[in-house]
Amino acid sequence: MAELAAQLTLPLRSFDLELALEVGRTVALVGPSGAGKSSVLRAVAGLARPTAGRIALGDDVWFDAERRTFLPPDRRSVGLVFQDFALFPHMSVRANVTYAGAGRADEYLERFRISHLAEVEPGELSGGERQRVALARALARTPGVLLLDEPLSSLDSHTKAAVRVELQELLHELALPTILVTHDFDDAAALADEVGVIVDGRLRQLAPPQELVASPADTFVASFTGANLLHGVAHAHGDRLTLVRLESGEEIYSSDAAQGDVGVVVYPWEITVGRVHHEQVDSALNVIRGEIRSVVHVGSRVRVRVGPIIAEVTAASAEKLDLADGGIAVATFKATGTRLLPLVR
Amino acid sequence: MRRASAAVAVFGAALVAFAFMLLPVVALFTHQSLHDLLHQVTNPVVTDALVVSFKTSAIAQAAILLFGTPTAYLIARNRFAGRSLVVTLVELPLVLPPAVAGVGLLVAFGRFGLLGSTFDALGIDVAFNQAAVVLAVTFVAAPLYMRQAIASFEAVDPNLVAASRTLGAGPERTFFRVVLPLARGGLAAGAALSLARGLGEFGATIMFAGSFQRVTQTLPLAIYAEFDRDFDVAVTISALLVIITAAILLSLKLTALWPSSLRSSRFLFARSISS
Repeated sequence: MAELAAQLTLPLRSFDLELALEVGRTVALVGPSGAGKSSVLRAVAGLARPTAGRIALGDDVWFDAERRTFLPPDRRSVGLVFQDFALFPHMSVRANVTYAGAGRADEYLERFRISHLAEVEPGELSGGERQRVALARALARTPGVLLLDEPLSSLDSHTKAAVRVELQELLHELALPTILVTHDFDDAAALADEVGVIVDGRLRQLAPPQELVASPADTFVASFTGANLLHGVAHAHGDRLTLVRLESGEEIYSSDAAQGDVGVVVYPWEITVGRVHHEQVDSALNVIRGEIRSVVHVGSRVRVRVGPIIAEVTAASAEKLDLADGGIAVATFKATGTRLLPLVR
Repeated sequence: MRRASAAVAVFGAALVAFAFMLLPVVALFTHQSLHDLLHQVTNPVVTDALVVSFKTSAIAQAAILLFGTPTAYLIARNRFAGRSLVVTLVELPLVLPPAVAGVGLLVAFGRFGLLGSTFDALGIDVAFNQAAVVLAVTFVAAPLYMRQAIASFEAVDPNLVAASRTLGAGPERTFFRVVLPLARGGLAAGAALSLARGLGEFGATIMFAGSFQRVTQTLPLAIYAEFDRDFDVAVTISALLVIITAAILLSLKLTALWPSSLRSSRFLFARSISS
């Protein structure tokens, strides 16, 4: 399987998109909207022309600024699934899928369980069905690269969970170089081998999802992976600890060394919540006492906001502790689980 | 009480407005007996004008579609400096007084005009013949089609064009399989409008092509010519034009109901009721 190598500069409205990617399996690009994620897909597909760089699938050069090579989209072996799916509204499902070539259309209609919809027009399909048609259509061309633009964003949360699993299996089975764009870190982590965080057109960090969580390059990457991000001022403290005075007034400790303005990163699942704090039996140094501001159920977990910080506990513990809005709770976490990162504004 | 009188006033105003619009059209058909009307239709002046009008309109319409469609697509799909100026120029003949259009055509393509000597050398003669009628009709009617065509092409989702390209279709296949079918309704509406406008063309044609029976005398020009000679013939031709343009308007209304695909045309009537 040929690898996709893309290195490009593409001027966008308010900044230049500049990045380099080697895509063997699935790479997810995450970032806030307007960060230039979709533009990466457009450039790889040939829908946008970079001003510099090189894009190649194996030995097949699609774009080379120096050699003035620019293949139009129809000559690149690429399957692009648009965010709004861009199904042809005047064609039946079958005509949409055979548009790229009749060859394997039936196989893909079957594969995506849409054979019974073959004669239906896209306007009459549900969101999930449309997505399957869009995938079938993109793959019927047997592309060498698969590009997915926000594949899960237009689905309701119920459909989304099922589709995510399907997509996971599909990507595994296809084993194609795939770039998928999403603003949801959980989706990226579930679907991709590597996740790249893009902000303002730059790749901040590209790593396997668990590595992004374990050692985020900066506060932005950290907050994107779901961590608590607090601001404070750090001072060295004895015992190889750093004391941070948070903006909200509390003082906490970290085993990371830092000085001055810092971002404090703590993951919700490393925080325990209690009604009272027993200093004698708890090794955690950091204690934040505050009002419970929100209690949100996410599947089997419950996200509880205590003062400035969000903790994740099981539904059972939430019930046992009778966590509810307005009560007072204590959030505790270890200094070793508290990352200090330079602030990125 | 006051409410009732207000309702009567509104109803009365509407009645006056309708009567005012409809009476002249009705009068064209009641001026003479139906028998006389049908008899006049076989008058050579009428049949000649019909032939001239249909022939020149058909050629003009073909030219408008053939040259106007790619031009409109080019303007719709590209963003370039001076684009709005180009669009304005395309629309200019719409607001130009027909007499000005006639004089303009004369000084451009007439014997002593800008291209007169070039046309002479090429053996093209556009003075007072059907070629002149076609030029006049095309010049005046084309903007109506162009405007509509540009808008229709602009309304085609650029993502569909992009999707077609990433599915391996080149620009031509994309145009004929995706863009054209999706813009079809709007293009047909534009064509109907320009056809109706071309059939009614008077000012530019009479100045640039003259009014010669069997050669350049179109239906509107025949009305003018018969106005002093045989008024009943003028009325007959007018009635004919009412029927023809009403038919065009009706087909225009139907194309507006055209769904993007013929496959769903079975809903045509249901949709017209609900909308």
